[in-house]
Amino acid sequence: MRRFKIPHKFELITIIELYAQWIREGKLKVNSDWNKDIQAKFTIQDPCNIGRKSGSNKIVDDLRFVVKTVVGEENFIDTVPNRENNFCCGGGGGALQAGFPDQRRAYGRTKFDQIAATGASYVIAPCHNCHGQIEDIGEHYGGNYHVVHLWTILCLSMGVLADTERTYLGPDLAEVGL
Amino acid sequence: MAEAMKIDNLDTEFKDEVLSKIPDANFDLCLTCGTCTGGCPASEQMGMDPRKLIRMLNLGMDNEVLKTNWIWVCSMCTRCVAACPMKINIPALVYNLRANIPREKRPKGILGSCDQHIRTGSAMGAAKDDFEFTVMDVAEEIRETHPGFEDLQVSVDRVGAQMVLNQNSREPVTEPEEMGPLWKVLHAVGADWTYPSVMWAGENYCMFLADNEGWKYVIEEFVHHVDNNLKSPYVVNTE
Repeated sequence: MRRFKIPHKFELITIIELYAQWIREGKLKVNSDWNKDIQAKFTIQDPCNIGRKSGSNKIVDDLRFVVKTVVGEENFIDTVPNRENNFCCGGGGGALQAGFPDQRRAYGRTKFDQIAATGASYVIAPCHNCHGQIEDIGEHYGGNYHVVHLWTILCLSMGVLADTERTYLGPDLAEVGL
Repeated sequence: MAEAMKIDNLDTEFKDEVLSKIPDANFDLCLTCGTCTGGCPASEQMGMDPRKLIRMLNLGMDNEVLKTNWIWVCSMCTRCVAACPMKINIPALVYNLRANIPREKRPKGILGSCDQHIRTGSAMGAAKDDFEFTVMDVAEEIRETHPGFEDLQVSVDRVGAQMVLNQNSREPVTEPEEMGPLWKVLHAVGADWTYPSVMWAGENYCMFLADNEGWKYVIEEFVHHVDNNLKSPYVVNTE
């Protein structure tokens, strides 16, 4: 809208900022009890568009707040580097459909190594391009992680995740709450 | 032995063309420090990197610059310009290089997705009737079979909703059950929300295609629909 100077009356906000706001307001009742014993480890993908390209770290900081609340601070392992300094996963800009998969995967090697270095078994990737790319490079390079959306973990924490909504969970979490 | 370039009378046609569009791209300020390349995961692919691209541009090597497919490996992530001490807008160069290729000759996958989005409101080609049908179908299933959600409400184009939520077209087309968890979160907090039926999908393939007209059209249609038809004060970008 800014680029083309399109006037608009609405305000644009991300669901991540809303998750954080709702948790702080007590409207979204989530906690990490479900992960107290399992201690599954989670890391985060900072999508370029909501991190670096949004001009501030507000959204990715909200993302960290949400994740730490839901999985437990001790079970969250950040990537190095992170936030506005994160490496692009290589799935954006049309890369998933550009027709250069070899180069796309070579690009993604940096991201794969970043994730592997955290030792986490779950990557929370709140961006569809990132989600697709990180899954693909995981398969390609033989990763030991699963890629999930925040909504999956939020519902898992609330005990309302149905058996048909668990496609992206690994075996360690697939039965939690069922 | 390679012949040295004569730099007294460089013909930097493409550089001048791009600078006329984005005067503050700062191409001439490049010190060749390589900080951009040092932090770019696309470096070395196809023997190209951000520093080389700018050098070639500044040296008027238009033939090489206009032909490299590296512009489709670069994701325009902006890490280079964020790190650059002179704030040289390399991603904008990549975007303009993409735009310089005749539209029909750009990658088929991206072209197809942009065209489908313009035509149907989603890059995967699902029109609003299919989208609405799938959404209502999955919502009904949840109401009937997921305990505690008997009164889950999901709508498309509910006028006056506080929030309009976009939806990536992947879920409704390939994994509709995956829409459920977000609805449950929204239900749990009592959110007043609706989906839009016009340009309902959250992806932006016309931007990837460097199709300014297509990109602008998609956004304009969406903005018009939200501001004039739905009158919602908030648009929420999904994960």
